[in-house]
Amino acid sequence: MNGDLLLLIPLLPALGALINGVRAFATPLAPKNRTLTNLFAIGTTGLSAIIATIAVLTYVGQGTTAAFEQVYYTWIPAGIGHLTGGGLANYAIDFAFRIDPLSCTMLMVVTWVGFLIHVYSTGYMSHETGYTRFFTYLNLFMFMMLLLVLGANYLVMFVGWEGVGFCSYILIGFYYDKNFAADAGKKAFIANRIGDFGFLLGLFLIFNYFGTADYSKVFALASANPAHYSGITTAICLLLFVGACGKSAQIPLYVWLPDAMAGPTPVSALIHAATMVTAGVYMVVRSNVLFRMSPTAMLVVAIVGAATAIFAATIGVAQNDIKKVLAYSTVSQLGFMFMAAGVGAFTAAIFHLMTHAFFKACLFLGAGSVIHGCGGEQDMRKMGGLRKYMPKTHWTMLIATLAIAGTPFFAGFYSKDEILAGAFAYSPVIWLVGVVAAGFTAFYMFRLYFMTFHGQYRGFDVVGIEQSEPEHGGEDLIPAQAHLDQGDKHTDKAHGHHAHAHSPHESPWSMTGVLIVLAFLALVGGYVGWPAALGGSHPTPFQRWLEPVLLSIGNHPWEFHEGSATVEILLMASSVAIAGLGVLLAFLFYLRDQTWSVPKRLATRFRLVYQMVANKYYVDEIYGATVIRGTIVLSLAMSWFDKYIVDGLVNTIRNVTVVVFGHGSSQFDKYIVDGAVNGIGFTAQGGSTLLRRVQSGFVQNYALIMGGGIVLLAVVYLFTKA
Amino acid sequence: MGIYDNPGVPILSIITYIPLIGALFIVFFSDLLFGKGNTKAIKYAATVVAGIDFVVSIPLWIYFDPKATGDRMFQFRELIDWIPAIGVKYSFGIDGIALLLILLTTLTGFIAIYSSYSAINHREKEYYVLLLLLQTGMIGTFCALDFFLFYVFWEVMLVPMYFLIGIWGGARKLYAAIKFFLYTLAGSVLMLLSILALYFFNDGGIPFLNIKGLGNPATFSVLQYHNIGHLIPPQLQFWIFLGFFFGFAIKVPMFPFHTWLPDAHTEAPTAGSVILAAVLLKMGGYGFIRFALPILPDATKQLITPIVVLALIGIVYGALVTLVQKDMKKLIAYSSVSHLGFVMLGMFALNPMGLRGSVLQMINHGISTGALFLLVGIIYERRHTREISEYGGLAKQMPMYATLFLIAALSSMGLPALNGFIGEFTILLGAANRSMVWAGFAGLGIILGAAYLLWLYQRVFWGPLDNPLNKVLLDVNRRELLTILPLIACMVWIGIAPGIFFDTIKEPVDYIVRKVEPTYFDKQITLTPAAAVRPAPAAKAVAVPHIAEAR
Repeated sequence: MNGDLLLLIPLLPALGALINGVRAFATPLAPKNRTLTNLFAIGTTGLSAIIATIAVLTYVGQGTTAAFEQVYYTWIPAGIGHLTGGGLANYAIDFAFRIDPLSCTMLMVVTWVGFLIHVYSTGYMSHETGYTRFFTYLNLFMFMMLLLVLGANYLVMFVGWEGVGFCSYILIGFYYDKNFAADAGKKAFIANRIGDFGFLLGLFLIFNYFGTADYSKVFALASANPAHYSGITTAICLLLFVGACGKSAQIPLYVWLPDAMAGPTPVSALIHAATMVTAGVYMVVRSNVLFRMSPTAMLVVAIVGAATAIFAATIGVAQNDIKKVLAYSTVSQLGFMFMAAGVGAFTAAIFHLMTHAFFKACLFLGAGSVIHGCGGEQDMRKMGGLRKYMPKTHWTMLIATLAIAGTPFFAGFYSKDEILAGAFAYSPVIWLVGVVAAGFTAFYMFRLYFMTFHGQYRGFDVVGIEQSEPEHGGEDLIPAQAHLDQGDKHTDKAHGHHAHAHSPHESPWSMTGVLIVLAFLALVGGYVGWPAALGGSHPTPFQRWLEPVLLSIGNHPWEFHEGSATVEILLMASSVAIAGLGVLLAFLFYLRDQTWSVPKRLATRFRLVYQMVANKYYVDEIYGATVIRGTIVLSLAMSWFDKYIVDGLVNTIRNVTVVVFGHGSSQFDKYIVDGAVNGIGFTAQGGSTLLRRVQSGFVQNYALIMGGGIVLLAVVYLFTKA
Repeated sequence: MGIYDNPGVPILSIITYIPLIGALFIVFFSDLLFGKGNTKAIKYAATVVAGIDFVVSIPLWIYFDPKATGDRMFQFRELIDWIPAIGVKYSFGIDGIALLLILLTTLTGFIAIYSSYSAINHREKEYYVLLLLLQTGMIGTFCALDFFLFYVFWEVMLVPMYFLIGIWGGARKLYAAIKFFLYTLAGSVLMLLSILALYFFNDGGIPFLNIKGLGNPATFSVLQYHNIGHLIPPQLQFWIFLGFFFGFAIKVPMFPFHTWLPDAHTEAPTAGSVILAAVLLKMGGYGFIRFALPILPDATKQLITPIVVLALIGIVYGALVTLVQKDMKKLIAYSSVSHLGFVMLGMFALNPMGLRGSVLQMINHGISTGALFLLVGIIYERRHTREISEYGGLAKQMPMYATLFLIAALSSMGLPALNGFIGEFTILLGAANRSMVWAGFAGLGIILGAAYLLWLYQRVFWGPLDNPLNKVLLDVNRRELLTILPLIACMVWIGIAPGIFFDTIKEPVDYIVRKVEPTYFDKQITLTPAAAVRPAPAAKAVAVPHIAEAR
């Protein structure tokens, strides 16, 4: 294993970002040569993916279970600190990388999915003037994400962590002249910052107790002496989990992710589905030793994950914007991953992270292809029948939809069932929530599929589609509409020429080719986790691969929990049945009856419930009225306080001083102070006129204070000598 | 070279007085040499002088020995009797902290002058002369190791800044200039009293206050006071500290002594704001570190809590007030209150992490906020307004400008891999090492920091470009680009490889920690299962075939 090679993996995309960044910066009217942009952007990412593969293969070839670590230099030599348990620690933070099964898995997902999405973007973004700018950001994102994954300590991870947050911000705001995009970018960054605040505090606790942030040392210390650290792990883990909630869009910090769909669709696929948002899951699994020492923290993770899974899934049911459905679906699926981590099924969490990256990237890119083909339309009510126009997109999306719905022999099935099996072993309640959420998932995904690809194409006929029902997601229309209305100048115009003029068309090969690769992965990506209950090995190959990451704590080695094969088969059957029910309902509601009369009737009948869900439970509104409004009001109050109280006091003191001392000292002023001031002014050549102009009558009083000091000095001196 | 390592060459004096000599040269010879009213030549002359000063100051770092401790920690010493009757000496010398601040001064001083070409259109001669004088005052303050000398430079700084604000300032320039002058002066008088109290304590005591002196020969030597500090009775320490506190806290400025700052910053010309932010605000922090902490250890420890509370209030309160400012310059000025709160928090964590972070953050704040003020100046020159609501969508019209602003803002809000993060993180690490509650409160400032800067950025650069006046704005020109790029290079440098900065300030920081808490480093370096302290590099990795350490 060669550490320098490892360094190249993130540095290559960084280089691409630098070159393209300088090109975009130096030629504000956008560099014309796109081939060159592609070369730097995709060339570096592709090379990085190849080197990553070589590194992973080398690591696997070594046949060792130990991690490989490479320290490059001491990044922050902060100094000697006191440990809370007594003793000193030298806080010196290294810039160091680590390769172990967990980072290998992440590395493969990030580099290859990232590379595919880069390729896809050459097609999708081909009409943008900000082409080079886009790839600069995208490469920068790759760099930061790879730092996050490769870092050998929490601080290098944090660099990547905040770095990807920034890239997300700037990519969400890619169409920065649209107010909704600008708002969404800012919202994402600040929600993430709130999470990072927790992350940082957790990090400081780790420093206080362990004296280091290196994974190897922290986990070795913790697992060697669990009794010594058991008191603090709950606090550490909960704080770290706050960070994970921000990054991975969990309750209560999930609100930024649906809005993040304002960014270009490849960004949604790469950052807001496949890679960045899973960083929280990665972090929790990375810290599994600490989490396992705190049953409380595990319970919190499991509950938050399960709650988010079902909560977001219900919202997904009532969205009409194709990207919004996928966004809530992502939030929900991330909830599944945390649920897995919380119930102790850490390998299942990473397994699902991986399969999700495949099928969700495929779904988002498929949605992008649909949007591209429909001239920028994102409202599913104006789609329909697209399977005729875009067959490749249709088939690949169908595979990905089957995968996410948990259809047997598709990738999502294996990871989801491993999670549900783990949840059942932990608590049947959590399991039940998970199964219901899975049912919702199947429903809204097939709703999306039927509304988009089946029936008649409704894009020609703008009038008459549910305009009678303003509450039917009327609000969701606004972003999509704004997207169209304003999308002329330099952004979305490829997608902005109003679709109604001509029929939808299939996307170019650069896009559909990527879809096919991802659909293939969504089909077969789960076989590495073939469960024992279906005749696989125990533990599964994927579990065995990740086992070295799950250190033994004290004398307790890690064990893969396993119910009896019968129970597991029953669990599988029930979740498949519930998913099937979801598909069936979607079929009945949205395919067989093309007027969608049942959902419409339900929406009218349960108006209140429907409005709650369609408006995302009003969480945004609640936050707006409390947290945001509260901060602004507090700020205004403080600003008032500053102006009238703090500064008012200062001005009062000045006024009093002037009245009390100013008049009595006019003589002093005239001869001593003015004389001195003018003397200085004279030296500065012609300065005395200058000084006089500045002198508004106050200077004397201030100079008086200075003179007073000198007099005081003299008096004290005389006194002491006497 | 033989210049920097030759004790016979008063290199610090040379660096200090180059600007003064340049100023005198411009005063007396510019008319003669360049012809009357040749303002262009004056601009170039001032720039060249400041540039030379910067270039001359760089090798200081090369010849500086960061490992020197004890008596040799202060380097490039110059020591001459000045006023023997009362023990005043002309004493210069710098440690790592002063060194970095001097480099910051010469760099930003040069940039400030270079940035003024098109901003200043009247009385250019006086303007550049005053900027150069200011430069001498600031460098001298960092070099002085004699209280008397220090006080002289400290006051010398005030005057040029007063005129810079008062003559070339904005609409309320007189109010702002006078407020600045009054406030700082009031503080420095109290500081002077403290200096005198130290002076008499070392010498014959203060009979009418019933204070016995040590009977040493009269001196103003700072290092002498470092040595006798622990002999001062705690109660006297308290009062002396209080005097220093007012002098320095106003300069920092700490809540609630900060209200001169937004006025001064808003009204000052761009170059004035840059220097004010980059260097003058550092005088307070520098004063605490150089004088208050090492000389008055008991009082320092006694007052940790109130000062930290003020610092924390400053961080959160400053950030909240920043959030709702409508004037760009005022917004950045208030953000300084928040940032300087971090500096004070780290300092009074009184451990190596906090102090190192504090010193580094002083440098960082100079770079980031200096850059932000320069950038606001650029747009102000074009539109003559700083109202945020006048702008919007500038990213489209001025993409280069928008990019530069974004980088400066990110640095200011502490994004990792840029300088601000290193400073804030180290400060918070130090603070958390003392109390998680401190770190928790200060962390709120980080969230708000992102909020106010991103909101500012959004309102100015994003959204539709709908104000017709903004549709004709030109992007940054080459000179403007050249003023910003060095600062951006520093942001990246400190963000990625801050090691050399930490090494430079390590010894002086440890020295201060030892002065305040002599037993700090004495505890056992052991902790349960091994490896609590960074082991030798070879033992470091888990299963690492080969290890390379860059440093």
